[in-house]
Amino acid sequence: MIPYAHGTAPPMRTTPRRVSWTDPRVRAIAWQLAVVAALIAVIATVALQTAINLRARGIASGFDFLTRPAGFEIARGLLPFSSRDSYTRALLVGLLNTVRVSLLGIAIATSLGLLIGVARLSGIWIVSTVARVYVEVTRNTPLLLQLLFWYTVTQALPAPSDALNPLPGVYLCFRGLFLPAPIWHDGFPWIDLEQPTLVGFGFQGGTSVSPEFAALLVGLSTYTAAFIGETVRAGILAVGRGQAEAAAALGLSRLHALRFVVLPQALRVIVPPTTSQYLNLFKNSSLAVAIGFPDLMSITNTTLNQTGQAIEAIALAMIVYLGISLSLSAGMNLYNRATLRRGGTA
Amino acid sequence: MTRHGRPAPMFRDWTNTIATIVLGALLAYVAYSFVQWGVVHAIWRLPDGASSIMCRDVRGEGACWAVVVERARFMLVGGYPIDEQWRPYAVCLLFVALYAASLVRTLWTRWLLAFWIAVPVVAVVLLRGRWLGLTDVPSEFWGGLPLTFLLSTAGFTMALPFAVLLALGRRSTLPAIRALSVGYIEVVRGVPLITFLFMAAVMFPLFAPQGVNVDKLLRAQIAFIMVTAAYLAEVIRGGLQAVPRGQYEAAASLGLSFWSAMMLVVLPQAFRVSIPPLVNTFIALFKDTSLVIVIGLFDLLGAAKAVIVDPKWVGFGVEVYLFAAAVYFAFSYAVSRFSLRLERELQRAAGTA
Repeated sequence: MIPYAHGTAPPMRTTPRRVSWTDPRVRAIAWQLAVVAALIAVIATVALQTAINLRARGIASGFDFLTRPAGFEIARGLLPFSSRDSYTRALLVGLLNTVRVSLLGIAIATSLGLLIGVARLSGIWIVSTVARVYVEVTRNTPLLLQLLFWYTVTQALPAPSDALNPLPGVYLCFRGLFLPAPIWHDGFPWIDLEQPTLVGFGFQGGTSVSPEFAALLVGLSTYTAAFIGETVRAGILAVGRGQAEAAAALGLSRLHALRFVVLPQALRVIVPPTTSQYLNLFKNSSLAVAIGFPDLMSITNTTLNQTGQAIEAIALAMIVYLGISLSLSAGMNLYNRATLRRGGTA
Repeated sequence: MTRHGRPAPMFRDWTNTIATIVLGALLAYVAYSFVQWGVVHAIWRLPDGASSIMCRDVRGEGACWAVVVERARFMLVGGYPIDEQWRPYAVCLLFVALYAASLVRTLWTRWLLAFWIAVPVVAVVLLRGRWLGLTDVPSEFWGGLPLTFLLSTAGFTMALPFAVLLALGRRSTLPAIRALSVGYIEVVRGVPLITFLFMAAVMFPLFAPQGVNVDKLLRAQIAFIMVTAAYLAEVIRGGLQAVPRGQYEAAASLGLSFWSAMMLVVLPQAFRVSIPPLVNTFIALFKDTSLVIVIGLFDLLGAAKAVIVDPKWVGFGVEVYLFAAAVYFAFSYAVSRFSLRLERELQRAAGTA
């Protein structure tokens, strides 16, 4: 493919610095120019064709739609939202939902993953077996299937009128989990608990967790925990056995040996792959669209269906996801460097 | 903890004994409840034409496997015409044979590579049928397991050449080529796969010339190839890094051109190192094909989801999803076990060499 074998011998160099195909620098520049030119040609063709298609369909391109009223409702979120609010606000609500479920998911997946990783190496046969089965089952089935499964489970809960009532003021039904919420007063004791009460076919008052959010959070964190568990296990195994034995010889209990000797060293091995698991969890949160949780991807989907501005909406979502992914990995790189420094240069 | 890697005695001290008994009792209870639900009180069949009321009566106490028995065909081959259903089943067999052959190391020849290209082509031809003189079945009717196999296998095979180019590009000394490769890989890996599927579903039609209507399945396939190429490129880059510098230099000193050196010396060695992570990428892709649900294609999971939309079977999602999970698990687990064994063998081979 490379023009080495053109059959003829390279021309003799008569003058110094002649532009010649045998000069690697010339070839390098030519190759790059060719690739860049081909790419520009492809992009230009596609852009031109898209412009023609958009005009034919009467779609005006641009981001004007962002200021228009969205016209759809979003279930309870962090920001108040009504259908009269703009698409920008709708997307912002979606982004906050994505961030909320990702951060909570990362926290749960990390704790559960640590537990699973340690349990995998437990000397107690039944503990390590349970952990192993958990990891194998979770990792070898699609995440989307697990999310749909958890959502189905929430939908199999009783109706609001027969809601489970495990604790006073706590109700669990297929509409979600309803909890008492603190509200503030002017007078003493300033704070009061508002109990959810059954009104019609649902509960009012207090605070609640929607079944979609619960299914997404449980699915994402249990799935990612299995992967984190495996990196934790690999990290602990990477620490020489002598370290654990030395800790035991010093009279440290097994828990203390793990906490003060093995884990700090294992962390250096664990952090980089765990970073990519965090990123995966964040990206996988977009599967919310399949169970109807209003995350950034779902709102983007609704927006593009309503406005027809597919290119703009998807480009916007991609930029936001990419931006967060890159900052998350930059942040974890900093943490990784700190771990390396704390652990000394081994 | 202290004895990792070695089978541990079941009762070492009091904490172990207590943990074993408590956890064992808990597990026994869970297993007992599951058997009660899934076997003892379960309903396996409904009389012909009966409604699902029988199943609804035992809900919560017994599983209704009747939904799986009755709808298994739909879940496995989707909405494919019933008279022609031998074709999707034959396609499934072809793919399973391909995977089984790939697990046998003595069969790792150029022919196997050729089959990885040929089997998806044969599958498409057979499913479509038009070019064989069979009934024409457009891709809207394809579904179930053949779709899962097709998307993952064709996605993997067709992404591989692009992945090699991207991996080489990322290690290139030419700044423009390197920047483009890095940019592509990082952007694709930084955004969710689902954005590419939406792109395939709603943006690709805007790119195509008017009158050209690219099939939805093909668009999804292109999206999978684009994404898989970026992930595979990183795997291959890892393999390239593992090839000692001396190999590059030896190839150069023999007067091999860049492409000859890569094709004859470097890439074969890089691929050998990358086989286990390549297999893992394939498993990930196999599971990720289930995402086509969101653009309205009915692969195995999509068909399962469609079953419980049917008013007759609303509310029996747990049974249906357990069945789908068992199918996915059987494939992924078998392949991942193989990958693990392979990794150990290759490590041992590298150690003794």
